[in-house]
Amino acid sequence: MELFIKQLTRKYQHQATRLLMMLREVQAQYFYIPSAAIEFLTTELDIPRTQIISVVEFYAFLSTEPQGQYDIFLSDSITDHLLGKQDLTKYLCHKLKTNLGTTRSDGLVSINNTSCTGLCEQGPAMLVNGYAIGELTQTRIDEIAGLIEQKIPLNDWPPALLKVDDNIQQQGLLLSTQLEKGAAMRAAWRRGIMETLAELETAGLRGRGGAGYLTAWKWKFCYESVEEDDICNTEVHTQHQRYVVCNADEGEPGTFKDRVLLNNYAHELIEGMTVCALITGARQGFIYLRGEYLHLYPKLLAVIEERRAANLLGENIFDEYIAFDVEVRLGLGAYICGEESALIESLEGKRGIPRNRPPYPVTSGYLNKPTVVNNVETFVAAAHIALHGGEWFAQYGTKKSKGTKILSISGDCARAGIYEYEFGVTVQQILDDCGAENVLGVQVGGPSGTFICNDEFNRKIAFEDLATGGSFIIFNESRSIFDIVQNFTHFFADESCGFCTPCRVGTSLLKKQYDKIHQGHGGAGDLVELQEIAKLIRTASHCGLGQTAAQPILTTLERYPELYQQQLQKIDFEPGFDLDSSLEIARKLSGRDDEHAHLAQVEDD
Amino acid sequence: MPHIRIDGQQIPFEEGQTIMDAAMAAGIYIPHLCHNPEFTPHGSCKLCEVKLNGRNCSACTFPAADGQEVESNTEELNTLRKRITQMLFVEGNHFCPSCEKTGNCQLQGVAYHLGMLDSHFPHFYAQREVDASHPDIVLDRNRCIFCDLCERASKEADNKNVFAIAGRGINKHLIVNSASGKLGDSDISVDDRACTVCPTGAILVKGEAYKIPIGERVYDKQEIDIVSLETDT
Ligand SMILES: Cc1cc2nc3c(=O)[nH]c(=O)nc-3n(C[C@H](O)[C@H](O)[C@H](O)COP(=O)(O)O)c2cc1C
Ligand code: SF4
Ligand code: SF4
Ligand code: FES
Repeated sequence: MELFIKQLTRKYQHQATRLLMMLREVQAQYFYIPSAAIEFLTTELDIPRTQIISVVEFYAFLSTEPQGQYDIFLSDSITDHLLGKQDLTKYLCHKLKTNLGTTRSDGLVSINNTSCTGLCEQGPAMLVNGYAIGELTQTRIDEIAGLIEQKIPLNDWPPALLKVDDNIQQQGLLLSTQLEKGAAMRAAWRRGIMETLAELETAGLRGRGGAGYLTAWKWKFCYESVEEDDICNTEVHTQHQRYVVCNADEGEPGTFKDRVLLNNYAHELIEGMTVCALITGARQGFIYLRGEYLHLYPKLLAVIEERRAANLLGENIFDEYIAFDVEVRLGLGAYICGEESALIESLEGKRGIPRNRPPYPVTSGYLNKPTVVNNVETFVAAAHIALHGGEWFAQYGTKKSKGTKILSISGDCARAGIYEYEFGVTVQQILDDCGAENVLGVQVGGPSGTFICNDEFNRKIAFEDLATGGSFIIFNESRSIFDIVQNFTHFFADESCGFCTPCRVGTSLLKKQYDKIHQGHGGAGDLVELQEIAKLIRTASHCGLGQTAAQPILTTLERYPELYQQQLQKIDFEPGFDLDSSLEIARKLSGRDDEHAHLAQVEDD
Repeated sequence: MPHIRIDGQQIPFEEGQTIMDAAMAAGIYIPHLCHNPEFTPHGSCKLCEVKLNGRNCSACTFPAADGQEVESNTEELNTLRKRITQMLFVEGNHFCPSCEKTGNCQLQGVAYHLGMLDSHFPHFYAQREVDASHPDIVLDRNRCIFCDLCERASKEADNKNVFAIAGRGINKHLIVNSASGKLGDSDISVDDRACTVCPTGAILVKGEAYKIPIGERVYDKQEIDIVSLETDT
């Protein structure tokens, strides 16, 4: 093992910032992170073992207990549930003769749940040793179980099984054209850096990751940030220790448009990042790719290689000795790492804990240097703007939301997939286009967004009305609001990073409280309590995760007060502690199940 | 000198100070647990939440800026703080009557100050490990509120690295930097600042028990707001 760790640390140049990349390989080699490996890494990287342990315990795809040689994670998004995930889970466990949440005794296979894997339109989905498999059916599970029992290496599995489709249903401004490689960078360089920034401002491009911050301003602040250590100064260009980071963490349940952009439009993405580097003077870029998209990793590396060979990346861009390069770093299963400051912590080889702000990343980001963090789609749009100019882009969309938005559409509809729309499109239009009927409601913007019901379908997709990072999940009238909201509420409790009290404790309390009401044990006071906790988490939490964790509850309570009332028992108080069910173990042990072995929760009058 | 206003009271501040620094210097108490002016602010407990331009922020990390209108001692914020304190109580296992720290405990002191009379939320009954491996120090994780002060004190005052926080979400827990994970095998020593910084009874020095009788302890005699301002903690 010592040799393995030595080779590994050498491969990653003993850089502790690359700790997650190393731990990923340790996990793949040993199926867990042995404590001996932690000790060797501590020595080789010269960091405290506590940093390594805390990282191992933080990320869902690392473990301190041995997992199976085939390590399965089932996507537990609501979209998987709509497609029959629960029955398939039982079937898979039955087939492989093991239970969810355990490693089979022979060590061959382990099965666990994980949050949304971003295959929402082709679910139910799973990851096997990190690689995505979608469209699960009993037949496909039979095939997978067979391959596992025969110990066929994943590399030799039929490619059809591991194929991820793009499912592009409607193309617009960005998806319909692929840019000539280097064209946008050259246009920006020729036009001039400041002039290109002005074009970006004219375009009115706002961040596509959710918050909608003006991209031109972000780049400008980074460019203007005071920095003494200019590290490279040529006649034509000054460069600094600044960083350009692409947020490809795409963790919001129901969104998968970045997956498609990374798969097919990686040149445009890196082109956009390079334009950003030219403007801000950055020399290094990162793509933080969510671990669930491991299948895209080799592809991105190939695109980067191709661009280096063409002098579009590397030390001598434009033959002007301008340097910019891009490194891909993989995440390891943590939704919070999509939050930009948590993402930066993760890039530095640490737990994904959101930082205190100010300072913002544009002044103090990666390694405390000025850093731009943008969503994949934002960079792609920026590349197009650099080539075609700001006016071209600004003629589309609405007053406050320029251009187009790429939506990930999933759930109850005939044609799920990727749709690019001009901003301002109505929900009804989208529902018609994707063939959705008898719609109960739509979750716009994922769990952290808004649930809208069927009398609001004239609302528009735009920052001034329904803002969305791209997630659009459709529910038909056969679905239960309570099942949906329960899934989302559990999601936030699972993904809370635990840094601040209101979110750490609050999301768990919310989960318990919601389960109690969902199971029909809620009394009148419980709804009031639910609302109180929800509002507390929203106002007092440290970051966007906590601030939006109660959204599913609050937005559905607002729309369906009578449904919630019906769900309550006709008593004022129902204890959170279920007396009778807690005697279950005693009943099992004593083999009794007679009348006297049960206790009523509340004495009947 | 630039000024901010807290609950209408005008107070000066110096460049680089947080709202908390300015408040403390001016003799205004803002409830806090993870903050201790000796160490880098952390911003995790959220007890020090104040309202700035209608939005909540943490006083211990937010920089003061000229002309800020800050609300702190309001019923709304104190209720919020009480609820957060209750969350900390139900998350861990706090049996105050049998804890050596009672009367000297900041968690308890804050709870009294905010008028907390019950735990309000259902208890978690978390399984937490007690580490008595060190001859001079006990670590009872049942009482840990994850303020991270021991980690910061160990790094910043003791130039060591004895404590860290691990685990995600509600599974968060305190870990010790030694091969066995035990305090006894770490390089902590009893005169480290990390041994006395804990606001609760999670880290206790052995052999000190009940030297000061209950009833004559810090917060038995004075409320936490006064103690805090007098001792700068
Ligand atoms: C909990 C949480 C998760 C997030 N996840 C993502 C994500 O997966 N992808 C993304 O681009 N932005 C995500 N964001 C938003 C980022 O913090 C940040 O605003 C964004 O990357 C900025 O890029 P943009 O301006 O191009 O949108 C998330 C925010 C929060 C609070
Ligand atoms: S709000 Fe939740 S996710 Fe964000 S810092 Fe607090 S605990 Fe972590
Ligand atoms: S042991 Fe004490 S000082 Fe350390 S984190 Fe826990 S409560 Fe804070
Ligand atoms: S004292 Fe400010 S967050 Fe804890």
